[in-house]
Amino acid sequence: MIRFENVSKWYPGGVADAVDNLSLFINEGEICVLVGSSGCGKTTTMKMINKLIEPSSGTIYLDGQNIETLDTLTLRLNIGYIIQEIGLFPHMTVAENVATIPVELGWKPLRIKARVEELLDLVDLDPRLFGRKKPRELNASQKLRVGIARALAANPMIMLMDEPFGALDPVARTRMQDEFLTIHQKIHKTIVLVTHDIDEAIRMGDRIAVMRNGRVLQFDTPREILSHPADPFVSELIGDRKALKLMNLISCAQLMHDVSEFRQTWNRDFKAGGTLPGASTIGMQATAQDALAEMFRTGERFLFVEDDSHQVQGVIELDDLFKSVSQGDDARKQ
Amino acid sequence: MDLVGFLASRWQAILQLTAEHLVIVVTAMAISVILGVVIGIAITFNRAAARIVLKFANLMMTIPSLALFALLIPVLGLGKASAIVGLVAYTQLPLIRTVYAGIMTIDSTIIVAARGMGLSDRTILFKIKVPLALPAVMAGIRTAAVMGIGIGAIAGYIGAGGLGVFIFQGINRTSDGMVLTGAIILSLIAILTDQVLGQVLGRVQRRFDP
Ligand SMILES: Nc1ncnc2c1ncn2[C@@H]1O[C@H](COP(=O)(O)OP(=O)(O)O)[C@@H](O)[C@H]1O
Ligand SMILES: [Mg+2]
Repeated sequence: MIRFENVSKWYPGGVADAVDNLSLFINEGEICVLVGSSGCGKTTTMKMINKLIEPSSGTIYLDGQNIETLDTLTLRLNIGYIIQEIGLFPHMTVAENVATIPVELGWKPLRIKARVEELLDLVDLDPRLFGRKKPRELNASQKLRVGIARALAANPMIMLMDEPFGALDPVARTRMQDEFLTIHQKIHKTIVLVTHDIDEAIRMGDRIAVMRNGRVLQFDTPREILSHPADPFVSELIGDRKALKLMNLISCAQLMHDVSEFRQTWNRDFKAGGTLPGASTIGMQATAQDALAEMFRTGERFLFVEDDSHQVQGVIELDDLFKSVSQGDDARKQ
Repeated sequence: MDLVGFLASRWQAILQLTAEHLVIVVTAMAISVILGVVIGIAITFNRAAARIVLKFANLMMTIPSLALFALLIPVLGLGKASAIVGLVAYTQLPLIRTVYAGIMTIDSTIIVAARGMGLSDRTILFKIKVPLALPAVMAGIRTAAVMGIGIGAIAGYIGAGGLGVFIFQGINRTSDGMVLTGAIILSLIAILTDQVLGQVLGRVQRRFDP
């Protein structure tokens, strides 16, 4: 979808290359996270995709087409762009902000109105309540929601997001990250996300490019990066509690096994529904880390996994959790 | 002659000179605002040009107003043309400066977002920069207008008419009534203009300020 081929960027007067011979392939529909400390070239890399910055050498392809051959405005109209400050237009209402690109494209008023409502619904803002508000009346999360809606207005193939959650407090950040993942499941865009927060990268990314001094040190799935860091710098960036972070990436649905096996092993007294009386349960979407916390809370070495309608689908034992992180690769293959 | 006596006996001349004054100032301001806004916007695209233009406009305003009019007389002669051109030149600085500053102080992240999403320079200028600079521009117009009304008195001195005629003739003839009439009406117009434009400014600010 997006391909960097030996792309470098040096700024006039810069000491070193801001981006140094970067090659990268970003798949359609994936969330690709560029992570690294401040000044490592993430923003520069991202801005070369929508031609806000021109590479000093190398080529960027979009769907196989060299972006230099594409009309700049058309290219940008097909790429949603969200920056940390969001940059909502303060003199326009929320609805007018979201309608910016459709108006620029000359859509009919009725179509624009319908699209704005659809988008505000998507980002969980009531159009009747928020449509007429001005950006100054919104909190940071709401601004981000409007920014996402505005970027999605003309249904772009790609979204570029530069530290989008950076202005949020920790609680709001986690919530917006989750909500964005839910939105992403509905819209299925190719997303390039820039962050300096490795936990955010692990949480959001299908694949993560760890950058340093304008180079990509490692480009892989969060699991692979956690379990096999390619470089001391990557290890350092990941930091402590690697196993716990890894457990965050594994869902209970992936870990659970059949209740019948559990019955044989433990030979305990079962209720009709298949669980032990009073035994604790956890949702399928919960993570291995959640399961561990729950086991520590109850003091039991197992718990049952339920689906949304509270039907028991399987069981997880403490041993499964151990195995999941000490053999990270095998657990994923299930 | 006292003030009341003067007002009663010369009310037709008063009306005529007031109208004349307004015509000169309004004409000059219309030209000045258009010119100032266009120049102010144009120089936001070029830093070097901006420096030169702002220096030049500053120079215009530094020249004493009487001297500026005097310099125009050999070129445009005595009369309204000199008065209007002088007023335009004199009121350019507040206009150019506020338009320029109004646009340049817009939060740069707004412009980055706008460019990044694919808006054309034209759309960005007319739908984002100009509306966001409007409060500053209105403030500039207000300053320029009040300045223009006051300095417009000098038009009376260079044969263009207006309320300055009363003031200068009154001084020559040591007629307090005449001087006061000119000065008071001039002040009233200035105060009224300031108030009205202040109201408009408040409304623009409520509409466009972040
Ligand atoms: N416009 C610019 N002019 C000169 N140097 C720049 C410019 N933008 C970024 N840089 C430099 O390029 C490097 C990479 O910057 P950037 O891509 O913004 O990093 P990041 O987004 O990872 O923090 C930094 O050393 C920064 O100082
Ligand atoms: Mg950055």
